[in-house]
Amino acid sequence: MAPPAQSQRSPSPSQPSGKSEVSDLKLQLRQLAGSRAPGVDDSKRELFKKVISYMTIGIDVSSLFGEMVMCSATSDIVLKKMCYLYVGNYAKVNPDLALLTINFLQRDCRDEDPMIRGLALRSLCSLRVANLVEYLVGPLGSGLKDSNSYVRMVAVMGVLKLYHISASTCIDADFPSILKHLMLHDSDTQVVANCLSALQEIWSAEASTSEEASREREALISKPFIYYLLNRIKEFCEWAQCLVLELVTKYVPSDSSEIFDIMNLLEDRLQHANGAVVLATIRVFLQLTLSMTDVHQQVYERIKAPLLTLVSSGSPEQSYAVLSHLHLLVMRAPYVFSSDYKHFYCQYNEPSYVKRLKLEMLTAVANESNTYEIVTELCEYAANVDIPIARESIRAVGKIALQQYDVNAIVDRLLQFLEMEKDYVTAEALVLVKDLLRKYPQWSHDCIAVVGNISSKNVQEPKAKAALIWMLGEYSQDMQDAPYVLGSLVENWDEEHSAEVRLHLLTAMMKCFFNRPPETQSALGAALAAGIADFHQDVHDRALFYYRILRYNVSVAERVVNPPKQAVSVFADTQSSEIKDRIFDEFNSLSVLYQKPSYMFTDKEHRGPLEFADELGNLSIGEAANNVVPTQMVEENDKDLLLTTSEKEETKGSRNNGSAYSVPYDGSSTSVFASQTQIESAVSNPTLAGHSPQASFAIDDLLGLGIPAAPAVLSPPQLKLNTKAALDPSTFQQKWRQLPVALSQEISVSPQGAAALTAPQALLRHMQSHSIHCIASGGQSPNFKFFFFAQKFEESSNYLVECVINTSSAKAQVKIKADDQNTSQDFSTLFESALSKFGTS
Amino acid sequence: MISQFFVLSQRGDNIVFRDYRGEVAKGSAEIFFRKVKFWKEDGQEEAPPVFNVDGVSYFHVKVVGLLFVATTRVNVSPSLVLELLQRIARVIKDYLGVLSEDSLRKNFVLVYELLDEVIDFGYMQTTSTEVLKSYIFNEPIVVDAARLQPLGPAAIFMQGTKRMPGTAITKSVVANEPGGRKREEIFVDIIEKISVTFSSSGYILTSEIDGTIQMKSYLTGNPEIRLALNEDLSIGRGGESANDYRSSYGSGAVILDDCNFHESVRLDSFDMDRTLALVPPDGEFPVMNYRMTQEFKPPFHINCLIEEAGHLKAEVILKVRAEFPSNITANTVVLEMPLPKYTTRASFELEPGVTGQRTDFKGANKKLEWDLEKFVGGVEHTLRAKLTFSQELHELWFNSANIIKEAGPVSMTFTIPMYNVSRLQVKYLQIAKKSSSYNPYRWVRYVTQANSYVARI
Repeated sequence: MAPPAQSQRSPSPSQPSGKSEVSDLKLQLRQLAGSRAPGVDDSKRELFKKVISYMTIGIDVSSLFGEMVMCSATSDIVLKKMCYLYVGNYAKVNPDLALLTINFLQRDCRDEDPMIRGLALRSLCSLRVANLVEYLVGPLGSGLKDSNSYVRMVAVMGVLKLYHISASTCIDADFPSILKHLMLHDSDTQVVANCLSALQEIWSAEASTSEEASREREALISKPFIYYLLNRIKEFCEWAQCLVLELVTKYVPSDSSEIFDIMNLLEDRLQHANGAVVLATIRVFLQLTLSMTDVHQQVYERIKAPLLTLVSSGSPEQSYAVLSHLHLLVMRAPYVFSSDYKHFYCQYNEPSYVKRLKLEMLTAVANESNTYEIVTELCEYAANVDIPIARESIRAVGKIALQQYDVNAIVDRLLQFLEMEKDYVTAEALVLVKDLLRKYPQWSHDCIAVVGNISSKNVQEPKAKAALIWMLGEYSQDMQDAPYVLGSLVENWDEEHSAEVRLHLLTAMMKCFFNRPPETQSALGAALAAGIADFHQDVHDRALFYYRILRYNVSVAERVVNPPKQAVSVFADTQSSEIKDRIFDEFNSLSVLYQKPSYMFTDKEHRGPLEFADELGNLSIGEAANNVVPTQMVEENDKDLLLTTSEKEETKGSRNNGSAYSVPYDGSSTSVFASQTQIESAVSNPTLAGHSPQASFAIDDLLGLGIPAAPAVLSPPQLKLNTKAALDPSTFQQKWRQLPVALSQEISVSPQGAAALTAPQALLRHMQSHSIHCIASGGQSPNFKFFFFAQKFEESSNYLVECVINTSSAKAQVKIKADDQNTSQDFSTLFESALSKFGTS
Repeated sequence: MISQFFVLSQRGDNIVFRDYRGEVAKGSAEIFFRKVKFWKEDGQEEAPPVFNVDGVSYFHVKVVGLLFVATTRVNVSPSLVLELLQRIARVIKDYLGVLSEDSLRKNFVLVYELLDEVIDFGYMQTTSTEVLKSYIFNEPIVVDAARLQPLGPAAIFMQGTKRMPGTAITKSVVANEPGGRKREEIFVDIIEKISVTFSSSGYILTSEIDGTIQMKSYLTGNPEIRLALNEDLSIGRGGESANDYRSSYGSGAVILDDCNFHESVRLDSFDMDRTLALVPPDGEFPVMNYRMTQEFKPPFHINCLIEEAGHLKAEVILKVRAEFPSNITANTVVLEMPLPKYTTRASFELEPGVTGQRTDFKGANKKLEWDLEKFVGGVEHTLRAKLTFSQELHELWFNSANIIKEAGPVSMTFTIPMYNVSRLQVKYLQIAKKSSSYNPYRWVRYVTQANSYVARI
């Protein structure tokens, strides 16, 4: 495929405008086509080059097709290559030409020279013309068996191309199994690597419809295959090593000695000059050791130096990618990096996106021992010529102040900022001093003395102005001229453009009035009058509210507007820990750079293969929401997903793992009990409302009694389910990933049931009464998706279910996976009977 | 896995464009360029190397003013793609000898040939110049290197200095020499980029050396090479903090904080005698990258003084002393210093009789600039700048403390050939080839460059 036409380039006199030059070329090519004169290939090369350069600048040279193909009957590989480039460009837009091309390429696929065979095969597969796929199968088949590894390498990628043009042709020709054979037996590592890439793509796409494919996909992360790759890892080229390492990340070793074996084997990969290899290795290390706290810590220590070296050795772009990962690690475990803070100092010539990351890292690693130096450094940046960074630096100082116990020195610095007389510095510092006072009211004396000296005329930014006004109101008692400063602001009410500031001004006036009534009364009146006349709805409403409440009772008004406050102990974190964990799970991917989990920025079909976590993650937003859900909502849904708030803290340990080798299941703390606390507490049904989740943990019998329809009645005698089954989400994910689909079917739901689904909780309760527990759910009308699980009575054999219900068609698509495949049919019957009863009982 | 690859000129023209998977719309180059160009309205901020527009991730690296870009819809490893882009630039440079808009346009058939072998259907195949040689058949059209911007760390050897065989750096790995026979030679460059921050009182706040041993081999038959480094070289600073400068300063030992190696390097005897063994592949590549925070002697000492000099006037005295031996000369030395924004005029006074120095006051961003073509070791240079401030300035503001608050820091860039601050050395370069007549040229060159060299005032 050649560059598209460059529209900005108008044909200049020196450039061919089209027709005459093309027909001229046609003539010359025709003359050369039959010639066998010595040196004819050189003249052909010149002509071909001309043709291609016309093509690249957007001149249509498709009329030369016949001549080009004729001239390519040569053994000159340079000519061949140019010809392939040419036909590749025109075949797609011109299917008639494509048919002509096929012949010529098929012939070349049988050439003596392996280079020509490979190149022709690649061109053939790149035509991307759907109705010509039948011509691909033969050459691909022989290409895969070619004695030359270059041809096989090309053929493997050709199979993948074919799959994308026509999946059925590819599967029918049984190419995946040929690739599998090659992957396990080929002597050339690049062929193996290409097989792995191709099969991952094909099987992931097939897995949703074919059990076999999903089984094959799981087999890729089986022990023998992973070991086969790991033992040869050094024979692979650096890019293929990344591919292998990515696969190893998904492998779950059976015990800790296996973990250590893998880590020892990969240890020297950390010294690789290619950052991609190092990061992929680090990901393996981090994932493997998640459940081994001590070793995990050691991994952090071990990877520090290689990461820092990568940050400083590559191009600025490469450093940025590595630094983003370092940033993630620092934010997760700041204490590990607290002695390395000097590495996070900004250099004057770094781009702002790097400086911003470094400022956040400096903020995170600040502790008792290094705060003084870090804050000193940050203060240097506050005078920086780069104003956005200067602002960030001041904010960083503020954040450090808010997270420290000993803020003496920092408060002084902040107050110095206020005196720096740069408007943006003052503005940022005011906002910070305000936050600081909310956390440490004991500092009010020192701060107010300085804040009082600031002329409100020098503060223009709304946020800063609002902060200043807030302080004037809050501390009007101690600030001599607070009523007068506020009063003068009220006088200039009409010039104040920011509604935020006007809102703050109203509140500050009220507070000031309660503290110093005689001095404020008239100004307050003016403020309320101006507020009520304000065109901004919120300002108007607030003014009216204040006015009415004052009229009703002044002391009530004071209790409402200016109650005694408690110091804020912790300011809310902007990103939920769920999101952060999800990003950590996606280490060494774009998620880290964007600081968002992948489901927030990728389309579903483009998520990496084998990414089960995405499926679970995405489902809470619901496909029906068309992927345009604003972040806010995603976060909320995120919390609803999997864990209820009360359980979130307890479960975090095991959730982080995403692996089976975590601490053995501990029913009292680390599992999500099947029922969701919120749901249960909201249950109005008197028979169920009796037991709280706490009770359900402890008193088994009660729970059994509490369920009206005993599972034994419903289930066939050979399968009894455990009424109090428990499974933590990470184990669920693990199992879902590993187990093949045992059954896949469509079940009808009663119309009443479908109607009742507007509130999915009803279904969850219903299924729970049949000992089938929901672990995650989501979606919006008409599509709802649920993940259920159940356990065999008195056995730890699990059934996992994915169930997508369409309420408009009243049908449910069900996929069942089971530890014990033999009983999956029984379970399916049970599940079906339970689901079909929904809404009817 | 990537979807497209393209190269854009500084003006946004498509020089090379390859679509591997057809998943991303054709207009991506335009979308990308507009986004990069207008990242923030005020133009103050650069676009990050990776960003997402409508579900498409765009990766880019800048090489000699060209933008190398890849797009994808998949959640790939960013390091992988950025590393790949950098590597593609290097491979193209290996083949064309010179990487520039001109050479790309002249050799686009060769470039497409390369791109087809480097990536197939979005998957990386190989970026080894060596391996690619057997797949590539077009011959490069070599463009004149003299007036072109060089590429890569080794290119700094070309900057105006006669003692370096500069042309070798711009030699294509496949093109034949005009004389017919290939010249047998190998280049080993020890390049150190140093970052130093001096506090206002002149002591060192932070310092770091980021070094790389770069190799480019033109030896036929790919013989094995042994590189011996300092015997007292040690790696890792054990339990002590990486920022503890007291350790072993002056003891002579070279202590690296950490290092990494090219995949061709074998470290069998590295622990024993500090030698690296490798069969160098064709093309330019880093044998070893290293990082050092051990204390070293900064090559330049900067002293800056600001004084009031009458009504709304001030004088800046900038003194720089070269702390390296007098047989060594730094070149392309530039000092920059932001001045208070009220500065309206600056007049400069250099030492009497000096040549090759240039001064400038950039009115737009209120910056003082001082260029020195050459800076001989052991010498001190002084610049006096008289500043005039705006009349609007409030009298009360005007005092030297406020001027200092608004000015600085002084930043400096330089290149010092044949000098390295870490004292890391290539003791010998052994080429294993059994022939007494075989004696290829071996170039071992050292250079120190400023990465971030800043003195606060």
